[in-house]
Amino acid sequence: MAALLSGNKMLSASVQSSETSQTWEPRPLRDERVVRFEQAILPHLGAAYNLARWLTRSAHDADDVVQEAYLRAYQFFDGFHGGDGRAWLLRIVRNTCYTWLEKNRPRAPMAQFDEAKHSAGRPAPGPEAPLVAGEDRELLRRALAELPDEFREAIVLRELEGLSYKEIAAVTGAPIGTVMSRLARARERLQEGLAHRRPEGP
Amino acid sequence: MTCEEIRNLLSPYADGELDLVRDLDIERHLAECPHCAAALEGLRALSARLSDPALYHQPPTALAPRLRAALGRPRFPWRRVAAAAAAAVLVAAALWGTVRGLSAPSAEDLLAREVVDSHVRSLMADHLLDFKSDDRHKVKPWFLGRVDVAPEVKDLTTERFPLIGGRLDYIDGRPAAALVYKRNDHVINVFVWRAPGPDRPPVFLERQGYHLAHWSDNERAFWVVSDLNEEELRQFVELLRR
Repeated sequence: MAALLSGNKMLSASVQSSETSQTWEPRPLRDERVVRFEQAILPHLGAAYNLARWLTRSAHDADDVVQEAYLRAYQFFDGFHGGDGRAWLLRIVRNTCYTWLEKNRPRAPMAQFDEAKHSAGRPAPGPEAPLVAGEDRELLRRALAELPDEFREAIVLRELEGLSYKEIAAVTGAPIGTVMSRLARARERLQEGLAHRRPEGP
Repeated sequence: MTCEEIRNLLSPYADGELDLVRDLDIERHLAECPHCAAALEGLRALSARLSDPALYHQPPTALAPRLRAALGRPRFPWRRVAAAAAAAVLVAAALWGTVRGLSAPSAEDLLAREVVDSHVRSLMADHLLDFKSDDRHKVKPWFLGRVDVAPEVKDLTTERFPLIGGRLDYIDGRPAAALVYKRNDHVINVFVWRAPGPDRPPVFLERQGYHLAHWSDNERAFWVVSDLNEEELRQFVELLRR
């Protein structure tokens, strides 16, 4: 609206009939800011939702967090000076997730990888039970879901989202060296978790 | 380099994040060490499994339209209304401009943004109503003791602006009563808070695709926001002030 006004300040206050305001018709009355936002940030909804879903581990929570994050992103949009809209948005999504989790799930202990729990909850299948693709995927999904937050976000950003270390550092606010070691350790944990739960090969 | 040193670098190596010198060191080592080569294969296999599209959560189809709507995309035919609204906004802006000078952003702009944000949030976060009632005799007392202002609550059902309830909100750094009315599927938020000052007649604005009106009597400020079109909003404001 500001842009519309500044371009047309000369139109006098007497513009009232629809005849004299014909010139307005082709221009929708939408804030240019909204349009820019929709073009730069809205296309990354998939990435935003995927990250929120993995960090909150709940479809319902992810929905709320993404809405809240987009609202915040819209508020802070003046601080976005072009460049990578995805990383910019993901940083907001990530921070919104943690704030949201803190507020809505006070003191829920972050899932630590718990060997005893896993072996108790899911007896290892015998060698005669072959692992079908779906089961295999389910194991991986669970192993990833059970990683501590900082490992899980690193894996999601790198492996699922394909971000570079530099981008992950920008999203998480951690130094690149930390990103590197978190990823290495997260991968070790995933491999250990999977190895423990899958049957020995023949 | 030792196997242990190599193993520590395999993860960034697989990601292509090492410098050329170390890349070459590792390649040389891998050519001679089947254990480290196997470890690298393990990492690559893990990456391949993680790239399974089934692990990537897709947003529900309703989410994008909901975000877009909340960002102020108009939901009614613009062509006819746009001209009238634009003219009205110009009139308001011109009048306001002469009164206030053309400095920006004005207190009005800041407040308008806050009101729109609050409106959007009330629609997004499932927090439209704290108190659901179409009975003004129940809605009004509900605010007693919750805000320092007595909001005017009108029954406009016969005028097709049914009251649906109330909510506590926070505008301009103080608690505000939010009365919620509807027109068909359009939600109208009416914010009322305590603001002693001169009487001001209604001013109509358009921000981010929403229409707003604000006025004040000598003790209260009123702000109305909705995605209703300008004409209906004016009608609503008139009824509210009658």
